[in-house]
Amino acid sequence: MRALSDPILKVQNLTMRFGGLVAVNDLSFTAGRGDITALIGPNGAGKTTVFNCITGFYKPTTGRMALRHGTVDIDAHVERLTDTPNDHLVMAEGSLYLLERMPDFHVSARAKVARTFQNIRLFSGMTVLENLMVAQHNPLMVASNWTLGGLLGFSGFRKRELEAIETAKYWLEKTKLIDRADDPAGDLPYGDQRRLEIARAMCTEPVLLCLDEPAAGLNPRESLELNALLRAIRDDHGTSLLLIEHDMSVVMEISDHVVVLDYGTKISDGTPEQVRSDPKVIAAYLGAEDEAEVEKIEAEVGL
Amino acid sequence: MMMEAPAREPVNLAGLLKDAAFAAAIAFGLFSLLLGLKTDQTLNNQMVLVPRPGLLFTVVGLVFVGRFLIGYWQAINAGKIKKKKAAATPLALKIEKYGTAAFVGFLFVYPMVVLGTAGPSGAIKWIDNFGIQILIYIMLGWGLNIVVGLAGLLDLGYVAFYAVGAYSYALLATSEPVKEFMASTIGPSFWPLWAFWICLPVAGILAAFWGVLLGFPVLRLRGDYLAIVTLAFGEIIRLVLINWVDFSGGYAGISSIPRPSFFGVPFNATESGFAATFGLEFTPIYRTIFLFYVILVLALVTALVSTRLRRLPVGRAWEALREDEIACRSLGINTVNTKLTAFAIGAMFGGFAGAFFAARQGFISPESFVFLESAQILAIVVLGGMGSLLGVVIASILLVGGVELLRELDFLKAYFGDGFDPAQYRMLIFGACMVLMMLWKPRGLISVREPSVFLKEKKAVSSDLVKEGHG
Repeated sequence: MRALSDPILKVQNLTMRFGGLVAVNDLSFTAGRGDITALIGPNGAGKTTVFNCITGFYKPTTGRMALRHGTVDIDAHVERLTDTPNDHLVMAEGSLYLLERMPDFHVSARAKVARTFQNIRLFSGMTVLENLMVAQHNPLMVASNWTLGGLLGFSGFRKRELEAIETAKYWLEKTKLIDRADDPAGDLPYGDQRRLEIARAMCTEPVLLCLDEPAAGLNPRESLELNALLRAIRDDHGTSLLLIEHDMSVVMEISDHVVVLDYGTKISDGTPEQVRSDPKVIAAYLGAEDEAEVEKIEAEVGL
Repeated sequence: MMMEAPAREPVNLAGLLKDAAFAAAIAFGLFSLLLGLKTDQTLNNQMVLVPRPGLLFTVVGLVFVGRFLIGYWQAINAGKIKKKKAAATPLALKIEKYGTAAFVGFLFVYPMVVLGTAGPSGAIKWIDNFGIQILIYIMLGWGLNIVVGLAGLLDLGYVAFYAVGAYSYALLATSEPVKEFMASTIGPSFWPLWAFWICLPVAGILAAFWGVLLGFPVLRLRGDYLAIVTLAFGEIIRLVLINWVDFSGGYAGISSIPRPSFFGVPFNATESGFAATFGLEFTPIYRTIFLFYVILVLALVTALVSTRLRRLPVGRAWEALREDEIACRSLGINTVNTKLTAFAIGAMFGGFAGAFFAARQGFISPESFVFLESAQILAIVVLGGMGSLLGVVIASILLVGGVELLRELDFLKAYFGDGFDPAQYRMLIFGACMVLMMLWKPRGLISVREPSVFLKEKKAVSSDLVKEGHG
């Protein structure tokens, strides 16, 4: 499994407490490079909390989240980086980031981890194209010499802006939103908004894309299209995906690796086939209490 | 093509007249004592009743006609189904585009037109009270628009930056050490003539610095909390100016601030003055006209910079911040820096306007920078439509020009008596206008948003989708 041989993200002993509530309890898992890793579990299992920790929106109570670019050996260097006060380490073969030490916008800008939200967060009063331009803020900011060059109308910025529009166009075509490029994002139907959020995240050129329930509220046909889009992102762009999903048809269809959470604890980890037949998972989802009951349920659902 | 009007009943004129007569009767009953009679004192200190039948019957007549017209209008519109408004209204964008060009052209010829029609002595009022005063508020509105309209940060203390700009110029220009230093190094006449042009950028930079200073503590605040802290900041600046007498002169303010020169040529009656240099007869109007053009250029620079900024990544980040701050952070935008730049750039324009204000008045005191000014500037931005430059212009003309216009309504005295001063009612009218506006157009006069970039066709974004920002 690539999660072991070629990891991109290594989460170790992640714990997140809110007062007396332990939302995530000592969670460790790895996500493989070029894999689609699914994080599943019943409602309230702590999946979104894990996402918020990885993307820097929450500071975890304890734990380490190491992300690598290139082929740096995470295990060989992560202890050395942890002993320094730095949040990243740059080496010839790539760089290593400790996500728990970075503020949220650095996680996206430097560690190149992009995310979408469970309740869609688009810039609804801006057009679809503008949404994708905002996503390319950092490179455009550099090209505009931090506003000064752009204000004086230097040609370097205009050229870079045209490139940014091309990137946006590419993703609009990929997500079949090109005809609505000049419409306000808030006017799009729900399924289109979901895809636009993915396109916007991809415009930041991430190495790891975290999707929080991308198929929620989609009809079966849209779900199928989403599967194809996610596969294309993985195969054509070398972006690894980490997704939270309830729709098992999406999870089982496209994931390479599934991690199951229940009450903030990992209860299963493996390929979709392994997870599907794991009695603990079935028990968690169906609320069974002991092995015998699980077997009974398994027989009933035909496993 | 017009839709064929559906057959509808003829308007019931008799019924309408009856209705109007009824309304007039009620009005007569109400006003016969309220307006029809007036108590007055005679020279012998006797109270007498003065009947005012003219006023009473005018009001009753107005009620009759008004009620009839409203009823008629309702009757002819009863059968019509309102056409659904198109989602995108490119017309508003067109108006903005051509209207702006025409308006700027008009502004450039405005002083000449007024001078030609009203003569040198009559023109001062029109150029100064209407032209310059409105342009100052337009500039302040555009500056605040960056903070409130684009970045969605509610700032109730904007006048603080106006004050910083004004006092920066006033203090630097009247400072003895600076004067002496300039006199000993360059020459005695240099500083009084050039102080404005040198201090203008300094005032802007200082105001921007104070903008950042205000920005830092309020970065974590949102909505109401942000509004309260900015309001407090505005008051702190004013109170410091009042109480730190050694520094700012307290209530007495700073007087004899050097007036701007025509790039080194002073506006006075001397041999080397503006009039003599250009072979004109001396009148004070030239300085006023020059000040008009100075503030016009300053305001246009503000407009140009803010339109440009909107199309740059920083401007898009401001608007994105207004729409959704969390999404901004997830896209790698440093929201702290983005907010600070909005505060700083907005404050900078406030500072420029402040320096100009000090130079135009020649005298400043903390009285000019009270909270009501902040409220008025904010009202201009909100009334104009948040984020719209043309909206700010229209709102400034209405709010500032309208109040000035009230002073011109002397003919009303013939009607309401000598003691009647329409300007006294400005707050009442101002409040009523605000309430009506918020009912009729809650998102301001120009409430469509123009996209900053487009692929095929520029479509206006309806205000229903644009967020106000939550601090």
